[in-house]
Amino acid sequence: MNKKQKKVLYRILLSLGFMIGIMILTSYVSVNLYVEVVLYLIPYLIIGYDILRKAIKGILKRQVFDENFLMAVATVGAMCLGEFREGVAVMLFYQIGELFQSVAVGKSRRNIAALMDIRPDYANMMIDGKLQKVDPDDVEIGSEIIVNPGEKVPIDGIIVEGNTTFNTSALTGESVPRDAHCGDEVISGFINMTGEIKVKTTKEFGESTVSKILDLVENSSMKKSRSENFITKFAKYYTPAVCYSALALAIIPPVVLMLMGKDASWGDWIIRALTFLVISCPCALVISIPLSFFGGIGCASTKGILVKGSNYLEALASAKYIVFDKTGTLTKGVFEVTHIDPTDNYDQQQLLYYAAHVEMASSHPISLSLQKAYGQSLDRDAVHNIEEIAGHGIRGTVHGHDVYAGNEKLMNKIGVDITEKHPEGTVVYMAIDNQYAGCIVISDVIKETSKAAIQSLKSQGIKETIMLTGDTKQTATKVAEEIGIDRVYSELLPADKVEKVEEILQNKGEKEKVAFVGDGINDAPVLSRVDIGIAMGALGSDAAIEAADIVLMDDDPAKISLAMKISLKTLRIVKENIVFALAVKFICLILGAFGIANMWLAIFADVGVMVIAVINATRALRI
Amino acid sequence: MKKTYKVDVDCANCAAKMEEAVKKTKGVKDATLSFMTLKLKVEFEDGVNVDEVMQEAYKNCKVVEDDCEIYL
Repeated sequence: MNKKQKKVLYRILLSLGFMIGIMILTSYVSVNLYVEVVLYLIPYLIIGYDILRKAIKGILKRQVFDENFLMAVATVGAMCLGEFREGVAVMLFYQIGELFQSVAVGKSRRNIAALMDIRPDYANMMIDGKLQKVDPDDVEIGSEIIVNPGEKVPIDGIIVEGNTTFNTSALTGESVPRDAHCGDEVISGFINMTGEIKVKTTKEFGESTVSKILDLVENSSMKKSRSENFITKFAKYYTPAVCYSALALAIIPPVVLMLMGKDASWGDWIIRALTFLVISCPCALVISIPLSFFGGIGCASTKGILVKGSNYLEALASAKYIVFDKTGTLTKGVFEVTHIDPTDNYDQQQLLYYAAHVEMASSHPISLSLQKAYGQSLDRDAVHNIEEIAGHGIRGTVHGHDVYAGNEKLMNKIGVDITEKHPEGTVVYMAIDNQYAGCIVISDVIKETSKAAIQSLKSQGIKETIMLTGDTKQTATKVAEEIGIDRVYSELLPADKVEKVEEILQNKGEKEKVAFVGDGINDAPVLSRVDIGIAMGALGSDAAIEAADIVLMDDDPAKISLAMKISLKTLRIVKENIVFALAVKFICLILGAFGIANMWLAIFADVGVMVIAVINATRALRI
Repeated sequence: MKKTYKVDVDCANCAAKMEEAVKKTKGVKDATLSFMTLKLKVEFEDGVNVDEVMQEAYKNCKVVEDDCEIYL
């Protein structure tokens, strides 16, 4: 609690003490009405003097519908009608509610700030032979900074000295530490765990990842959600509407009764009207919605999911179509040997041995993946006469055997019959001593979590999952079948992807949203076209962070369904709060109009609802 | 041009009113106030004197909510 809140707390306690004292006193001794008024005015003024002052100021500025005015009118009205206890109590509970709200909001502000506590305060630099702490803002590009174990990397850069292990969980939500060696890139926000390292900075502090992320999350609440705008607009009409109804309630029924020749009972109707005024404050709604979204965004950011605005978190909950880019999103985007199919004369390891050796000198991605799959050091003396045949493959002599490795065209060229063709992936056919020896299939590998991610998205209400790829139809279909994608568009050029997305956008229902997930590097046009653009593997890639609405710091597809889960939960809380608060208020208004609800119920409708809504909203912080 | 200011205000409804007041100020193109981060982001019209506009915006805020502060 801050100073302001503590002061209010003391006033509440003091006023409460006085009130209990007076209630006990008046129940034992019967006092004169005037004495009673004066007695009750003590706790009333202690608790309500600032509200009264603000109300008067408001009237002078013609701001009659602010809540101070409403509270002042309601309580003064109650006091005038001899309901002293109610008058003080309304003011007291109003202040308790305000205090509670202020504390709860402050607490969630701090919680989120703590979740986001990745801002580095200093950088260590060698100045005049001494290690000194400097403001990271003052470090120029290309400076060398030192990061000790236990410290945060303040600025993006490259390790120039030392090896260490990083804790990247603050940025990625990933708890497995990451090893880094000399020459590796480091990103600000990583926590150095083991060894001292020297880092040469490649960016300014303001441009570094950690600054950008913080900026992004802090500004996310600026982009307001539709529910938030709805409620703000609603509040604008709600309060005046209730106030005018209160006025009508205080005047019309008694006048009608009077005209009918019955007892007007003005006091009764005025109390009912005052009850209306107490219920009219829209704060429960207005506070709980941004608080829920802010909590949801804060929660997501601790899991390595950056949401750029409440509106995107809201939109994600109504996403019905998710379009995926294949390479780098559902698959790893690196080529690996996935299949080795030798003829009877060789075994798999032998075939791989020849392939890796004949491709030894090449730096083509296919050659590299063959060498990686072989995994052992290559025997350089075994290979002679390597010759690259452009567009076909490679030939060479390995241990005296004439080895050809390449595509179908190469086999046709040297007159070797392929006994078994492989439909998908990139296939390297091998011929040894002019005999077909088998083939090695190299293809992109599906990420371990892709299948589970697609399944859980389905269970979260996604109607259709769609995959776009520039790959061949066979490869695309096989990947799609394996992970359970509903629809596939293959052999697309980058421009075709935008076209396909347009098509999907046109055919969807009006309230259905389309999300696109890509690696953010060359799909910026698509990311900006869809309702929700999600970029993954974005850590360190500014372009992806720029273009997307939701940014996944690592490249785990499971994060998409986690983001969805957070979004759905946040939206459920928002809806609960809207429905609950409105329902209670309207019921109390109706009951109040018929004189069934008294001032105490009205206080609950105002303060109680707000407290419950705020507590409910803070649930969005946890998943 | 856009600028961000820190604000202090106690209740969410008052924050919404402040936002409205700033938006209505002459020279302000658009404004958003986040009650959660207590930050006011103002987009100005081209060629206006930012300081003068903000003084005016501050006055307008004081009218709708006396108990508020914009740290200019």
